[in-house]
Amino acid sequence: MASSLLSKPTPNSKTISFSSSLATPLPWPTKGSASIKFHIRPRRRNPSVQAKIREIFMPALSSTMTEGKIVSWIKSEGDVLSKGESVVVVESDKADMDVETFYDGILAAIVVGEGETAPVGAPIGLLAETEEEIAEAKAKAASSSNTAPSTPPPAPSSPSPAPVPAAATVSSPTPAKVASLPVSDGPRKIVATPFAKKLAKQHKIDIESIFGTGSFGRITPVDVEAAAGITPKSSTSNVVSANVASPAASAPPKAASAATPPPSIPGSTVVPFTTMQAAVSKNMLESLSVPTFRVGYPVSTDALDSLYEKVKPKGVTMTALLAKAAAMALAQHPVVNASCKDGKSFTFNSNINIAVAVAINGGLITPVLQDADKLDLYLLSEKWKELVDKARAKQLQPHEYNSGTFTLSNLGMFGVDRFDAILPPGQGAIMAVGASKPTVVADGDGFFSVKSKMLVNVTADHRIVYGADLAAFLKTFANIVENPESLTL
Amino acid sequence: MQASISLSAASHSSIVRSDRTVEFISNIKPVNLRFCGLRREALGSYALKRPGSRLVSLLGRRSLTEVSASLSSNGVSSKGFDYDLVIIGAGVGGHGAALHAVEKGMKTAIIEGDVVGGTCVNRGCVPSKALLAVSGRMREFQNEQHLKALGLQVSSAGYDRQGVANHANDLASKIRNNLTNSMKAIGVDILTGVGTVLGPQKVKYGKVGFSDNVITAKNIIIATGSVPFVPKGIEVDGKTVITSDHALKLESVPDWIAIVGSGYIGLEFSDVYTALGSEVTFIEALDQLMPGFDPEIGKLAQRVLINPRKIDYHTGVFASKITPAKDGKPVTIELIDAKTKEPKPTLEVDAALIATGRAPFTKGLGLENINVETQRGFIPVDERMRVIDKNGNLVPHVYCIGDANGKMMLAHAASAQGISVIEQVSGKDHVLNHLSIPAACFTHPEISMVGLTEPQAREKGEQEGFEVSVAKTSFKANTKALAENEGEGLAKMIYRPDTGEILGVHIFGLHAADLIHEASNAIALGTCIQDIKFAVHAHPTLSEVLDELFKSAKVCGVTSPVKEPVAV
Repeated sequence: MASSLLSKPTPNSKTISFSSSLATPLPWPTKGSASIKFHIRPRRRNPSVQAKIREIFMPALSSTMTEGKIVSWIKSEGDVLSKGESVVVVESDKADMDVETFYDGILAAIVVGEGETAPVGAPIGLLAETEEEIAEAKAKAASSSNTAPSTPPPAPSSPSPAPVPAAATVSSPTPAKVASLPVSDGPRKIVATPFAKKLAKQHKIDIESIFGTGSFGRITPVDVEAAAGITPKSSTSNVVSANVASPAASAPPKAASAATPPPSIPGSTVVPFTTMQAAVSKNMLESLSVPTFRVGYPVSTDALDSLYEKVKPKGVTMTALLAKAAAMALAQHPVVNASCKDGKSFTFNSNINIAVAVAINGGLITPVLQDADKLDLYLLSEKWKELVDKARAKQLQPHEYNSGTFTLSNLGMFGVDRFDAILPPGQGAIMAVGASKPTVVADGDGFFSVKSKMLVNVTADHRIVYGADLAAFLKTFANIVENPESLTL
Repeated sequence: MQASISLSAASHSSIVRSDRTVEFISNIKPVNLRFCGLRREALGSYALKRPGSRLVSLLGRRSLTEVSASLSSNGVSSKGFDYDLVIIGAGVGGHGAALHAVEKGMKTAIIEGDVVGGTCVNRGCVPSKALLAVSGRMREFQNEQHLKALGLQVSSAGYDRQGVANHANDLASKIRNNLTNSMKAIGVDILTGVGTVLGPQKVKYGKVGFSDNVITAKNIIIATGSVPFVPKGIEVDGKTVITSDHALKLESVPDWIAIVGSGYIGLEFSDVYTALGSEVTFIEALDQLMPGFDPEIGKLAQRVLINPRKIDYHTGVFASKITPAKDGKPVTIELIDAKTKEPKPTLEVDAALIATGRAPFTKGLGLENINVETQRGFIPVDERMRVIDKNGNLVPHVYCIGDANGKMMLAHAASAQGISVIEQVSGKDHVLNHLSIPAACFTHPEISMVGLTEPQAREKGEQEGFEVSVAKTSFKANTKALAENEGEGLAKMIYRPDTGEILGVHIFGLHAADLIHEASNAIALGTCIQDIKFAVHAHPTLSEVLDELFKSAKVCGVTSPVKEPVAV
């Protein structure tokens, strides 16, 4: 970390200007490349009146910088600034740099104080043009600090920013509204390890809201990550390493009672959601706004099973087989791989990225097999192994868990014969795979035989995917699974 | 007359020594340091730069009576004494003195009460370098971004704790053997037991339970070194509350370890522990981490070595009580505010490493027999390492070097002091310039320094009326550093713009510990910037960082605001 890449050494230009007017809540342009660090967004929206209050943003001082720390404010509130003057010293992952203003004005309010950290693009101070505006700016600062710095660090280069159930909650702005935690046992002493504290600060999680699972009840980095919902826990690696896609698709059953809570039964304990669980809950509620429907299809798996036996020694997993089959079917039915973002249009995705739901110790993560239709089975299996390893090591990058265009969920290994998955926001369809079971079937000639059959059940967004689409997709899928030779091509 | 003698002796002896370095390969090579003291002071003595002129100050300072010792034939002591020189303590300081003494023809004995090599070799610099070598590699393997930038793929890095511990232990025993052999080979008598001074020229030694032997020596050097300092209230159990002595054995890698003290020792261990997967909490009594470093370097070091790692810290607090883990309870550390003494929240961790510095090991030396009183355990000495008694008088024939005198607690400083003493007793006056002694902290990347820090230099400049300038270069501009993808780093030189004298150099970056010697040698030899800037450096090497540093300095030359260099 320390010695990281120096892709953009800026040894000589130690001073960088950065300032912008207060407009929409910072739709920070996709970061990266641009070595010009300042963006000025003159307010055009409402030219009539309105005071000129500009925001000073946290600049991107290096290509790898995602957040910066205010080392010191050179100017204090109320100071008159002239264009080009240094206002604040910002510490990036590389160096301290002076940030200067591009406008004359008065430093009306400091939003992010010395020693505090803010993500790149977040407002750190307000610049007023005249003294009269200072009060207004102050009010603005107060309100903006209440709503918390809501800028998520922009997801780096994710091709299709489709969030998955609980995973993409890097910045979930749920800083424990339930401040009055009904934790029973009196004044709880919070012991958190150094890294846990750092992580909590990074992800803006109230450390007091986290329940420590470490030795002596300590809050460990794993606890914080679970609360932040960024990466899975590593401790239960054997679950992840199972060759077949691990359990669980839909959300853990949670009382999604939006109405007034029923009176609690005496003796019950109330455990508040962790941030991750809160994010799951939120995503699940959101899914209610999507009109979904379900189509089931029995698929016979004898051929697939025998193929699996053959390729298993080469490291191919069932997950890879199913993902590959789904991807090949999706390639023929692009609408099932599409998503509906605004309720007005189809968004056809150019890649087929299969997210596979994996439950890990109360958490839920969906590592994504990107371009699953293009990779061959062996590469896909390798990739899956890599993802699982990364998940275990908590090193999944955001694009490795939030770029899915279609989700696969398999509970077959538990003997579940059929189930119904909830559609993750931002995707068009999710496939729930049940167990493959020997079933007596009669063929057209009246002969009985025993075949292995599994039930797959697809939940889709009916705004873009219609019944016939899904049926056709499932038929193709069944065809591929029943004649799996093409999978190995 | 004397001038020519001392010059030829110096050049002669360096030839002899260069032979000897073949026999023992230690990380401490005091060869360069011999010259240090030829200048009395590094500062304010620009006029003494030329070889001829420095001798003026040496003339007539010392009577020639003691020269006789060096004239006696090799291995035969002067009349009436068992030895010409007895050194109490066989650490790096005693070792350096012994080698130089034999070279000067003295019959030499060294008394070792513990193990040859002392702290440095057995419980300090040497084994810690083995651990740091491991931690450096672990860091590289774990730094995915860095590897990726180089196009490398490493599946996963792991380590075997016992294997790492063995490496450290093996290294220590190897170096210890080298040291022992190097002394045996030239006929130094290694005497075992605890040495006690009986009188000005008399020493007894012996193991506990055995009868003591009494020997006489013309000169005695005390080089008993130091032990880890453990403040009051801290209970060291060697398992969960440990000192560097225990930590170097690496018997465990705790999940969370508190390190009390953020100096060299603490910092190096934080590097080791975090690389091996521990989380670290620093407890520092001063208001700032890394208090001994140049503030700018300290700040950068904190940004690179502390902030991105799994480390947090409490500054301005004392650990008033530390209780080891027992009965299923973690280690508890009670903290109080360093200034107000108010209690602070108690920490609960898996282990605590006490790195609050080192205390001199001077008990049982029989100092009362020569009327010497220690000051906080340290033996008082003058600038020539001559021991000072209670009344402020010099004790004849008794010297003290190394950690025991507390002047500069570094292995190579002890060795340099020992050589300086030998120079004196063999008839040449010699004062070691401590400002030319480099120091290094072997974190990743390394920190090194020599001379004054910027605040120290500015204070001195203010007092003595000279201007102080600072030049800086970044590793980001260095080709070799960039090739290694290790551009994080800074070199900083503090100098006098009027004379071009180097007052201090501080480096933070890749291989800083190896880079510092160009600067420390320049300071020792009195080389000025305007001269050294013409020295050529191979391209592309990290040494160009210093090249650029020298070149970026602005020396205004003759027209200095200060007319005369202040002779001190």
